[in-house]
Amino acid sequence: MSVTIDATAATSERPPLISSARWRVVALVMVGVAVMSAARIIADNADLTSSGTFGVALRTAAPIGLAGLSGLVAERSGTINIGLDGMMVMGTIFAGWWGWQYGPWMALLGGIIGGMLGGLVMSVATTTFGVNHIVAGVAINLIAPGIARFMASELFVGQQGGSVTSSPGNSGSMGSFTMPFLSGGDLFGWKTPDILGWFEDTGWFMIADAAGFMKGMTTAVTWDVVLAVSLFFGMAYFLWHTPLGLRLRFSGERPSAADSLGVSVHKMRYIGMAISGGLAGMGGAVLVLFANRYQENQVAGRGFLGLATMIFGNWMPAGTAAGAGLFGYAQGITLRTNPADLVNALFLAAAIGLALTAIYMAYRRSASGAGTVLAFALVTFWAYFAVKEPNNQLVFVTPYVVTLIAVSVGAQRLRPPAEEGIPWFKGMQ
Amino acid sequence: MLERIWRASLAPLVAAAAAIVISSIALLISGNNPIDAFVEMWKTIDSTAAVVDIINTAVPLYVSGIAVAIGFKMNLFNIGSNGQYLLAALIAGWAGAEVSLPPLLHVPFVFLVAMTVGGTWALIAGILNVTRNVNVVVSTIMLNYIAVGLSAFLLSEYFRDSENGGLVAQTKLMPESARLPTLDPIFEFFGFDFGERVDLLGFLPVAIALGIAYYILLNRSLFGYELKLSGMNADAAQSAGVNPKRMVLITLFMSGAVAGMIGLPFLLADSNFYKYGDAFPVTLGFTGLGLALLGRNSPVGVAAAAIVWATIEVATRRLGPLGIPPEIGKILQGSFLLSAVIAYEVVRRRNDAAAAEAAARATRESRTPPPTPETSPIGATS
Repeated sequence: MSVTIDATAATSERPPLISSARWRVVALVMVGVAVMSAARIIADNADLTSSGTFGVALRTAAPIGLAGLSGLVAERSGTINIGLDGMMVMGTIFAGWWGWQYGPWMALLGGIIGGMLGGLVMSVATTTFGVNHIVAGVAINLIAPGIARFMASELFVGQQGGSVTSSPGNSGSMGSFTMPFLSGGDLFGWKTPDILGWFEDTGWFMIADAAGFMKGMTTAVTWDVVLAVSLFFGMAYFLWHTPLGLRLRFSGERPSAADSLGVSVHKMRYIGMAISGGLAGMGGAVLVLFANRYQENQVAGRGFLGLATMIFGNWMPAGTAAGAGLFGYAQGITLRTNPADLVNALFLAAAIGLALTAIYMAYRRSASGAGTVLAFALVTFWAYFAVKEPNNQLVFVTPYVVTLIAVSVGAQRLRPPAEEGIPWFKGMQ
Repeated sequence: MLERIWRASLAPLVAAAAAIVISSIALLISGNNPIDAFVEMWKTIDSTAAVVDIINTAVPLYVSGIAVAIGFKMNLFNIGSNGQYLLAALIAGWAGAEVSLPPLLHVPFVFLVAMTVGGTWALIAGILNVTRNVNVVVSTIMLNYIAVGLSAFLLSEYFRDSENGGLVAQTKLMPESARLPTLDPIFEFFGFDFGERVDLLGFLPVAIALGIAYYILLNRSLFGYELKLSGMNADAAQSAGVNPKRMVLITLFMSGAVAGMIGLPFLLADSNFYKYGDAFPVTLGFTGLGLALLGRNSPVGVAAAAIVWATIEVATRRLGPLGIPPEIGKILQGSFLLSAVIAYEVVRRRNDAAAAEAAARATRESRTPPPTPETSPIGATS
């Protein structure tokens, strides 16, 4: 055992049960599957972990995840992007316009361009003029809905099926992808076996749930969602494994040091904001493709939800993806046929999960943390037994409550980029 | 004095010019004549009724701007005023309609409920900040959406007026005793007549009182001094004995309490409402953020910003039938806001640079004696 002096020693906490971080993640996933499976069996609701539910969850998670990734790239390059909600709105209006005129793929491109415009405008304010990032972001969020409404009134009003609050609808829809052999996709016209579907139907503890999850991830996934998922891998590779990515992160962590090594901090922050805006706009486009048209207030605060996932994920792509999955799932189940039953079953899963967390925290001798989590666990247990007809509004707030709990329990462990949000000019220390 | 006014208004004037140029470009691209549009806007606001309308529109906006300005003064970004006022308006609307009190107590009771709810909701962010070190921007954003969901839930489950069939999700009407009368009779006494169509709503004096109170708080109180000091230099404030945690808690509570009043003009003074329901304006808190930025957090500046904002809103209302998109107002407001924050920043940096330059020059001159021909070697040019 290596002797290290760290915060856990000072607070007389016990070290984690599993020392390897990688195996901790594996254990966490296993426990998660077991909890969901147990909740499915106890609540007797197969839909809790069915492939259909996970498929919808992936669909609703994609725009949230893109928003989170957008915030991540911006903040890694040093700009706090509160304005990404507005950039998503820009994405929806451009996607609605181009999707109606030129089809779904151009909707995606239009969304990216619209969001990118928003990102660049914000970067002019924050990077070139040094405006406070929160101030500039708030301004973008106020402006974007106005621009969208103006454009909608010019473009859609008077068109067949169009109005100031809605585009006429996309021309054509985007294809989708189903994995052959695993989920029964076609391969050159031959219908392959649906292995995961067979396991899902068995109902075995943990195995059926894992199969349902994997089948949901690989069945009839539209190409825009496939692209969104692959962007997570792409961005993680870009930021951590390419020279440009390193310079970008450098500009967020220590701009004066980056500058002394010849990195153009302003250029990096512009690039960061362009990518960030593009990702946010693409998130808006994914919403438009889902609804098949632009609708006013379609974004409905998903940009802020994306920021929440980014914080929840500690400014890391994997964590952000996990957060987006969690929140996407919470939103997705409200679109299923029996949302009330599903939410009720989810209360049970959350209660079991929280109770286990409390036990683990007690083991680590974190008394205050364990107490807090236990209180939440008891409230959730109560909700499971008492609230048989959960209100959709309460489900709507779940992600925000979860994030608030996560940041209050783990704020000390979260590590944002060191000098994000501080305007930087040449010659500054 | 004149120079001060000129200096303070230079940046907003530049921003206004930029906004007009940007909106004109937007109008030209969309095939409208900008000059026609601006002439029509002027015609719309060129009447007493329109002025009254502007003031009525500006009053809640002003309250909203002041609410966030309090926090902005110490670099505390209360992004959550929207949630605070929605929750406060709902609970105050419900509580105000449930109790029966004499008029002199009823109105203060509604104020008390609204301010307590708004302040408490904001205080959650404060407590999380001082105990768990949670960033206020993050927690207020989360609390915003929690408040939106919670108020929709409370309205549909508990606070809905069940007597009129309960079909429409709205609270009961405020009883007569909780309503603020219009100010028309006062003005009629002095010979003004606004006409039948409009009423100057009775919340205006409250807004003016709020502005004065805010001015006194900032400029004539110890707390205001500590607030501004914490905003300018948190470290200096702390070494001067200002308790930063206490400041965060009090400031957020005050900001939230004022935010709680944003919805009251509608509940107490507007005959179209007197209740919380579906038609209730739901984004005034976000607008207030923009107004505090435009008005530079000063009581007079935010008032000017609210009036400009309301003027644009009223002026563009009747453009639609003329074939000009009324949404141009949003473009005007938005481009004005963005140009203004940039212009303020440019002016601030230039002033800072000038001040630093002057200070440096003063230090140089006081430290080194002016060089004489004998002591200075080969003609140094600095």
